[in-house]
Amino acid sequence: MVSPILELSNINKSFGHVQANKEVSLAINKGTIHGIIGENGAGKSTLMSIVYGFYQADSGTISINGNIVNLKSPRDSIESGIGMVHQHFMLVENFSVLENIILGFEGEIVFGKKLDEAKKNLLNLCETYKLNIDLNSIISDLSVGFRQRVEILKALYRGAEILILDEPTGVLTPQEVDELFKILRSLQQEGKTIVLITHKLNEIMDLTSNVTVMRQGEIAGHKKTQLTNKEELAEMMVGRSVLLRINKSPLKKGDVVFRVNNLQVKDDLDVLRVKNVNFEINEGEILGLAGVTGNGQTELLEALSGIRKVESGEIQLFEETISDKNNFLNPKDLKEKGLAHVPEDRQRMGLITNFKANENLIFGYHHQQPFSKSSVLVESEILSYSKKVMNDYDVRPQAPNLITSNFSGGNQQKIILSRELNKNPKVLLVGQPTRGVDIGAIEFIHQRLIDMRDKGAAILLVSVELEEVLSLSDRIVVMFDGKIVGEKVNQNVTDREIGLLMAGIS
Amino acid sequence: MEFMSDIVSLLSATLRISTPLIFAAMAGLFAERSGVIDFGLEGKMLAAAFVAATGAYFLGSPWFGLILAIVCCVSLSLLHGFASVTHKGDQVVSCVAINILMIGLTTALAAAWFGEEGLTPTLNDDQRFFEINLPFADALRPIPILGTIYSDIISGHYIFVYIAYILVPIVYWVVFKTSFGLRLRAVGENPSAVDTAGIGVYATRYKALMINGVLVAFAGAYLSTAINANFFREMSAGRGYLALAALIFGKWHPKTALLACLLFGFTDALQIRLQGVELPIIGVIPVQFIQAIPYVLTVVLLAGFVGKAIAPRAIGQPYIKEG
Repeated sequence: MVSPILELSNINKSFGHVQANKEVSLAINKGTIHGIIGENGAGKSTLMSIVYGFYQADSGTISINGNIVNLKSPRDSIESGIGMVHQHFMLVENFSVLENIILGFEGEIVFGKKLDEAKKNLLNLCETYKLNIDLNSIISDLSVGFRQRVEILKALYRGAEILILDEPTGVLTPQEVDELFKILRSLQQEGKTIVLITHKLNEIMDLTSNVTVMRQGEIAGHKKTQLTNKEELAEMMVGRSVLLRINKSPLKKGDVVFRVNNLQVKDDLDVLRVKNVNFEINEGEILGLAGVTGNGQTELLEALSGIRKVESGEIQLFEETISDKNNFLNPKDLKEKGLAHVPEDRQRMGLITNFKANENLIFGYHHQQPFSKSSVLVESEILSYSKKVMNDYDVRPQAPNLITSNFSGGNQQKIILSRELNKNPKVLLVGQPTRGVDIGAIEFIHQRLIDMRDKGAAILLVSVELEEVLSLSDRIVVMFDGKIVGEKVNQNVTDREIGLLMAGIS
Repeated sequence: MEFMSDIVSLLSATLRISTPLIFAAMAGLFAERSGVIDFGLEGKMLAAAFVAATGAYFLGSPWFGLILAIVCCVSLSLLHGFASVTHKGDQVVSCVAINILMIGLTTALAAAWFGEEGLTPTLNDDQRFFEINLPFADALRPIPILGTIYSDIISGHYIFVYIAYILVPIVYWVVFKTSFGLRLRAVGENPSAVDTAGIGVYATRYKALMINGVLVAFAGAYLSTAINANFFREMSAGRGYLALAALIFGKWHPKTALLACLLFGFTDALQIRLQGVELPIIGVIPVQFIQAIPYVLTVVLLAGFVGKAIAPRAIGQPYIKEG
């Protein structure tokens, strides 16, 4: 029997009325890779922030190597041998790698001897785990994958025996994920214990030996990874059986309804972000646009939806030019022509989060009948419409008067989707439809998009989730550095092939 | 030869006039590098000037005045921290409150204690600082150029002037070569990184604000107990804002902020020199226009040239923990 290196018993934690962790007990064995899986808001990150000393539990105990510890701050946790790689990196972008790593552990008031020692130790660590990091590079010059390695190196330098990684693969290309997993395995071989927090079932199956499933702040179960499968884990996460494969009817392709010719778009800083892009979308087809975040997808989507000026080239809807160098139709006109847009950043562009749900449900159509008569909003109509839509789209809670920010990410997304889909658009532009959305809602949103396609809409799906692009699209284009670097018909194409294109290697 | 002596007095005046700007800019640097906006330099400078003059008058020594000014400014900085760090209030509002409060309070207290609206009594020689002649200043004066620079430009200033110019490299060293400096810069860029490294974000910001209070006190005391011999109403005259402008223009870096302070000091010295002087072709420029030069320059520089100044990323944002 291996003794647990980290043991949590009966942890409770509330934020206001929300109980984020409820009687959570968990044991993690030394030298293993332990997965913690659950939907967004299941309490995984809160639990690990408690272990890292960032939050304090309301009740319950934490033991390390059998001794109960009192972790009042990250300092205590670090000294107990716990390291954490946060989902959003805790790095100072204009500092060097070295400065970031020694921050808080300088060991001397004025830099000198200890700094040289630190450099030597870090070089050794880099060597041992093949991290291949230049200590003098500035963080903002590093790719996301390397920044993550800096975080790992930082934790190791601070003496971590237990390394917690919170959703480490969300921002990585498939190749970078491979590299990360290699590093994690070599850490395990050196005797380190790794806790992997994720909502991706594949990662659990690939990497871990034990897995703990969380649901709504509670432990839904512990499993040995070898003795379980994805379907079982998904069911434990959601509390009911989930369709992991999407049922898609065969493609019924119609005419080209949306076309982009030699499009160039600049961003706010006047940098060319979309470079000579061409594609077209047919009726009844989903075109997936894959790519690592920040390769021009955002600017492209903004130009297509009429909120960003086109530098050169043109965009055509039903053979009519809607946007070129000299003029472009605004989103209101585009809506009337049958184009709908689900923006990437729903909180910033899709919703006014401190408005009520019913206001967001009609926003953009609020001036139309029956919501508005002689420029005055008709509250009763809006309310009855909202109730109906919230029921159709399974928005929870069904409270039209609730402020939108109080809904979960998935339900906020359903509010936008219902608004944009209810008008039966001919062309639908969708950006990151399931970012930060839980697995149950993902299933629902995907099904709605497929339904739209089957009804004959032309859909552009922009997503950094490769799995999503692969499972929904009929055809896939990959964007890298502002250019379309590849196009694949989605039959027998693998995530490896797309991944290489996403990384700009082709 | 008149031209030469004009240049000499202009440069000497530049050093003198830049001094309070340098103290205030370095004070602002600590606050802003830690992520706390310090728009309140103006109010603190004014408070320090009043307290230093009053303290020197009652206690008989400008040094006591300076110490009281430091106590006063550190308290005001801590107040700013209490409102904007601990209670996460809006940093600009907190600063504006300090500025307005200090204008009113100094005027009212001067009226209550000395019977004169916004004036403190004139200090005698024991109660104020005196100018220092550096060693051998007289002996070296005959040496061409170098002698003039040493004896007529560098020598003969108040001690504050020398402290200010020694201060800048010290600030540089503290900010870039010590672990406190590393934490200070980190907390202004990404406080979460500091928090997860197990260092107190608030503690670091409070330390920065205390240093800020000490330094800005020197600027105020210099005004009322060195170059002037009393406090008068609103005597800081926008120098706090000018120092902040210099800090921003200098991209929150001690060396470039110093250069910006010198530039502002020089234009101010120039405008004083140009008052009433008849220029070829143009004639005498009305004094109001000339006095506006430093401020116009500030606006032009800030609007036109600092487009790329990158502020500490977390400036102005109260630190709120996220999981």
